[in-house]
Amino acid sequence: MTVSSDPALAASWSRATAAAGANRRRRNLQVYHHAVLIFGVALMMAPLLVAFASSTYDPIVIHSEGLQLGYGGEFASTYGAVLFDRGGFTGDITGVRMLWNSVILGLGFAVGKIVISMLAAYAIVYFRFPFGTVAFWIIFSTLLLPLEVRILPSYEVVQSMGMLNSWTGLILPLIASATATFYFRQFFKSVPDELLEAARIDGAGPVRFFLDILVPLSKTMMAAIFIIMFVVGWNQYLWPALMTTDESLFTIVRGIRQILQVWIGANIPEYNKALAMAILAMVPPALIVLIFQRAFVKGLVETEK
Amino acid sequence: MMTLLEAAARHVEAPVHTPSDRALTLEIDGVVKRYPNGALAVKGVDIQVGQGELVVFVGPSGCGKSTLLRMVAGLEAVSEGEIRIDGRRMNEADPADRDIAMVFQNYALYPHMTVRKNLAYGLQNRKTPKDVIAAKVAEAAAMLQIEEFLDRKPSQLSGGQRQRVAMGRAIVRDPKVFLFDEPLSNLDARLRNQMRLEIRKLQRRLGVSAIYVTHDQVEAMTLADRIVVLNGGLVEQVGTPSEVYARPATTFVASFIGAPAMNLLDAVVDGGRLRVGEAAIPAPAGAPQGPVKAGLRAEKARLVPAGQGLPFALEAVEELGATRLLHGLAAGAPVVVAADAALPLPAGPLSLTADPADLHLFDARQGGRL
Repeated sequence: MTVSSDPALAASWSRATAAAGANRRRRNLQVYHHAVLIFGVALMMAPLLVAFASSTYDPIVIHSEGLQLGYGGEFASTYGAVLFDRGGFTGDITGVRMLWNSVILGLGFAVGKIVISMLAAYAIVYFRFPFGTVAFWIIFSTLLLPLEVRILPSYEVVQSMGMLNSWTGLILPLIASATATFYFRQFFKSVPDELLEAARIDGAGPVRFFLDILVPLSKTMMAAIFIIMFVVGWNQYLWPALMTTDESLFTIVRGIRQILQVWIGANIPEYNKALAMAILAMVPPALIVLIFQRAFVKGLVETEK
Repeated sequence: MMTLLEAAARHVEAPVHTPSDRALTLEIDGVVKRYPNGALAVKGVDIQVGQGELVVFVGPSGCGKSTLLRMVAGLEAVSEGEIRIDGRRMNEADPADRDIAMVFQNYALYPHMTVRKNLAYGLQNRKTPKDVIAAKVAEAAAMLQIEEFLDRKPSQLSGGQRQRVAMGRAIVRDPKVFLFDEPLSNLDARLRNQMRLEIRKLQRRLGVSAIYVTHDQVEAMTLADRIVVLNGGLVEQVGTPSEVYARPATTFVASFIGAPAMNLLDAVVDGGRLRVGEAAIPAPAGAPQGPVKAGLRAEKARLVPAGQGLPFALEAVEELGATRLLHGLAAGAPVVVAADAALPLPAGPLSLTADPADLHLFDARQGGRL
């Protein structure tokens, strides 16, 4: 009674309850947000967990009882076999070798694309030459022609140059990237002109300016492109499958298929090994993303200029 | 055709005078900037800068002042005319070979390099020995009091500190000419005043010639040994700050230099009288008869009780502390009068009058000083 008779007190009381209500609403909202996120994580991680769990079981168990959710105790033997047992048609390709091949392909792919597209973007942005803009839009329009569309002519070119079954043939034809050129072009365009002018007054020629100023400034951008391109290169399947028949050049992504294919007579397919190899094939790109994650976000979001 | 006439008219009262006791460091000789689309940014400019002199290019945006500076720096090609530094033709020289150093509006520091590297970069490219670089950087840093920031990156510095680093980068070069392109416009007002003084002192101490581009007439007045007022790609007037202020060569200079801007009234000289509308005030001795533009500085205008000059209708008052600005209409034309704030506001009907010696008369059509 006395409380409500004092208007000031009543007002502060209702303010306090309103604030408490807002807090409660905010907390409820947070719980809801987390629930959504956890559900999303579960949805995405479940197949990975099932794959990993099953890969630790004996293939007979998987064959008779289906995919597993627990730990089967065969981890060391399965993964050891996948990594170090010689296999394949020729009988001397190991999982380690295939992983290594994938690393080379991914690195060559990513580094090559960064180098080429940075140089292309540098030329497009900083030099006036006839048909420069036209050249850029031609490069850009190749985005409309994914690899799969032009794979036969590409194969023909590589084949006629005698580069089948070689690293050069695997990496070189794919090294130009419209996406990366476009990203670097946009980035270079956002670098203030005064930096170039200051560098010119400081006696830096085109090469110095590129190496001393643009490359260091593009570091985060390069990291972002590196991640994207490494993962793209790592996951290439059709291209290496066409360009290489020599098993010593096989990548891990092809290895997964290779294992499942071995279904001789009444043998049970080695599900556990296939799953193990799939897990192994996922680890390096995941690691790269984890390591470069911060630079990745920085490169795409903020620019240090 | 029109531009030639205009140019001729404007050149009449704009003597290009140089300090005869100093050697010439920089000569800008009939320089024209024509863009590929035919647009003229600079329409034939002659300016000489003496050894150790600080010359300010001032004008509204688009007047060609920055273009002119960039041509001196070698960042823009010269379409016609010649630029000489220490007597040597520089038109074709690379920016790095012109013996100039430039301070940019946005500082243009290399963001990924420490302050020390920023200062040293130009010297490294010149293959200067390491110990010489270290000594020069240390000297410049001491001069600018940025020693404690030498190992920081530009992003960790405040605006004023970045400004100093930009100056340091110019100083270590030991150039013949400093080029400043609106270097203070990114700073807040207080810091701007402080840095303005510092730039002045530093330039004096180093005795290096300098060109300073600004659109701020206060900066121009306070910094310059000589001011070059540019408008529409042409030089309106060259002179010391006091000359430009006291004897503006054209109506443009009159209205551009000085704050508040000079009052300009359409008037007619009729005998010894200067008629504005129906009213009149005494005209300066020897004034040519006929229509003129009459200029009067706000602080030279006097308000007196009605009846003795141009009827003045007060419209607004601005208090500036020491002075107050009275905005009103004198014989129908907008006029500003500066009055001592200590005196009471005038009341009742007023008239505007002035000492005939304080009046500036300009050609009514061409705007040149009479």
